[in-house]
Amino acid sequence: MTKVRSDYIRPVDFKNGRVDMTHGGGGRAMAQLIEELFARAFANEWLAQGNDNALFSVPGGRMVMATDSHVVSPLEFPGGDIGCLAVHGTINDVAMSGARPLYLAAGFILEEGFPLASLKRIVESMAAAARDAGVPIVTGDTKVVEQGKGDGVFITTTGIGFVPPGVEISGDRARPGDAVLVSGTIGDHGVAIMSLRENLTFETTIRSDTAALHGLVASMVASVPTIRCLRDPTRGGLGTTLNEFARQSAVGMLIHEAKIPVRAEVSAACEFLGLDPLYVANEGKLIAICPPEDATRLLDTMRAHPQGADAAIIGEVVADTHRFVQMETSFGGRRVVDWLTGEQLPRIC
Amino acid sequence: MKYIEEFRDGELARRIATRIRAEAHPERSYNLMEFCGGHTHAISRYGIKDLLPGNVNMIHGPGCPVCVLPIGRIDNAIELATHHSAIVCTYADTMRVPASNGLSLMKAKARGADIRMVYSAADALRIAQDNPTREVVFFAIGFETTTPPTAIIIRQAQALGLTNFTVFCNHVLTPAAITHILESPEVRELGIVPLDGFIGPAHVSTVIGSQPYEYFAEEYQRPVVIAGFEPLDVMQAILMLVRQLNDGRAEVENEFTRAVTRQGNEKAKSLVAEVFELRPSFEWRGLGEVPYSALRIKPEYAEFDAERRFGITYRSVPDNKACECGAILRGVKKPVDCKLFGTVCTPENPMGSCMVSSEGACAAHYSYGRFKDIEVRAA
Repeated sequence: MTKVRSDYIRPVDFKNGRVDMTHGGGGRAMAQLIEELFARAFANEWLAQGNDNALFSVPGGRMVMATDSHVVSPLEFPGGDIGCLAVHGTINDVAMSGARPLYLAAGFILEEGFPLASLKRIVESMAAAARDAGVPIVTGDTKVVEQGKGDGVFITTTGIGFVPPGVEISGDRARPGDAVLVSGTIGDHGVAIMSLRENLTFETTIRSDTAALHGLVASMVASVPTIRCLRDPTRGGLGTTLNEFARQSAVGMLIHEAKIPVRAEVSAACEFLGLDPLYVANEGKLIAICPPEDATRLLDTMRAHPQGADAAIIGEVVADTHRFVQMETSFGGRRVVDWLTGEQLPRIC
Repeated sequence: MKYIEEFRDGELARRIATRIRAEAHPERSYNLMEFCGGHTHAISRYGIKDLLPGNVNMIHGPGCPVCVLPIGRIDNAIELATHHSAIVCTYADTMRVPASNGLSLMKAKARGADIRMVYSAADALRIAQDNPTREVVFFAIGFETTTPPTAIIIRQAQALGLTNFTVFCNHVLTPAAITHILESPEVRELGIVPLDGFIGPAHVSTVIGSQPYEYFAEEYQRPVVIAGFEPLDVMQAILMLVRQLNDGRAEVENEFTRAVTRQGNEKAKSLVAEVFELRPSFEWRGLGEVPYSALRIKPEYAEFDAERRFGITYRSVPDNKACECGAILRGVKKPVDCKLFGTVCTPENPMGSCMVSSEGACAAHYSYGRFKDIEVRAA
């Protein structure tokens, strides 16, 4: 049998080529890019079917769905890039319900003129992240916008997952007396990104903490099924996430500055940039709230997992109709940890 | 962090607090103004008030560079970007200061004005080099701390022969503002603002030294203790002020000896003197026109003066009628005395300038301290 001749005589030039309008035009150039880049990198049975959708069976019970758009600048940073970030971000949003993530969908908005070599690196990083996490990217979409109307590449990912029976995790379930835990050091991602900002060049050894947390969540849920709230403190950081919980659950929080894990390099960078690590973004950490009697067991479980080695109990939920998050400072005073005002930084995830 | 954590030690703080409590005479009060926003921020962020006895009161001063910028100057900066199509570069917080017609630099940017946030004056110069066909204006604000870098970039622009770079100078002077407060009728005649002593600026004093404060310590009989911005610096300065007041002394003392000398930084001062000269008068938000309280660019450097190049005319714009920023900046009122505080005026939608910068009295109280105004029950 003779081999079917490829439709495309010349392969996509991933060395010197650039994205042009035809890559989003719906014609042959787009089909070739999808085949030679996306389908090859993400390689799975659903993409191989070549449909505009992915068909799969789901287990009976409760499903969760989450979506996340990624517009980070710069696209590549110490410890990761927009590709793996787009996979981790959505997997984490799904996992924070206690769910086991099953499938991802990905939408790309590419800017005309963006180097195909960079796109290839990003897509391959995304594929590797999905493979490592065991969550396939089963369907996707590509659009191209004119030069000046995008910023290289924007990626939106959507994920679905299955919630095990008996698990009830939601931001509105915190009760006075509950313990507040964090899975590790805060602020790593935000500082890694900042170190590369064009007008803010400083050298740091900090790497982004971007990671998929569903493995950690699975072991936490298995050991302490009574976990009430889970959330990954991305944009807005720890301070903002605690305020979200306080508002949803109509409670207050009291946390202790001395117990919050922060790397020395991160606090030094925050110090001279005038930032507060409480509001700096994370991409591989989670906050958990559980009944006080389960706190030690949860902490031990988290610490036994590589992604929770630096976990700590940082405070407790208190009754407060004003829903303030308060912090006992290391200095001995008390202050409000307010919602983040404006934004600490443009576009970090 | 070496050399920082040492100044945030809670145990030491409690020891100083015990001394303050032991030495402060219960029958009198100690009303101390921290001039600088940096101190205001430290007091709120570290909860220093919790450590002080009830008769030691901290009054927030006007030393927040963003807070004292009058609306008219922000309007001018917006005009530079919109009418003269210049790239206007400025420091972060300035972006959010409310201007006329519901605008701010940030809102003007959203409407298409080319306004860019920079972290240092040198970045503005680089933007001018990178955009040779555009006019680039550095909207320079701040006290004596940020003035020397502005002087440096003006000299560099001259050395580089840049023709597209100018500075819109709004640098203001600390001693003039303190004198103005002490001369105000509220302090001098009416005694509305009891003002017993000052915590003197940290970074400003590294440039100007401790000597400029000697005049008003002597003239107005108010002690001044120059202090660093770390919380232990502030605690120590409060103790030193309590001791001076107990002894009936009115001297300039320096808690911040690790950075401040009597003479200050001679090199920085001479650089500033070479490029800038005194303005006869300048409007401060909250304080009004203050004589000889600000700097302008000398005629020798006229080609780098945005006010000259673009023929900027200043128009004074009154604050919102209900806004108490003026009284708050003079120490006459507290943030909670303002009807707008926390209602229509919040850090997200600041009406007055004190709500803009984290160093502003209102923003600091809103962000860190407002829970103290209302009852909060612990579990």
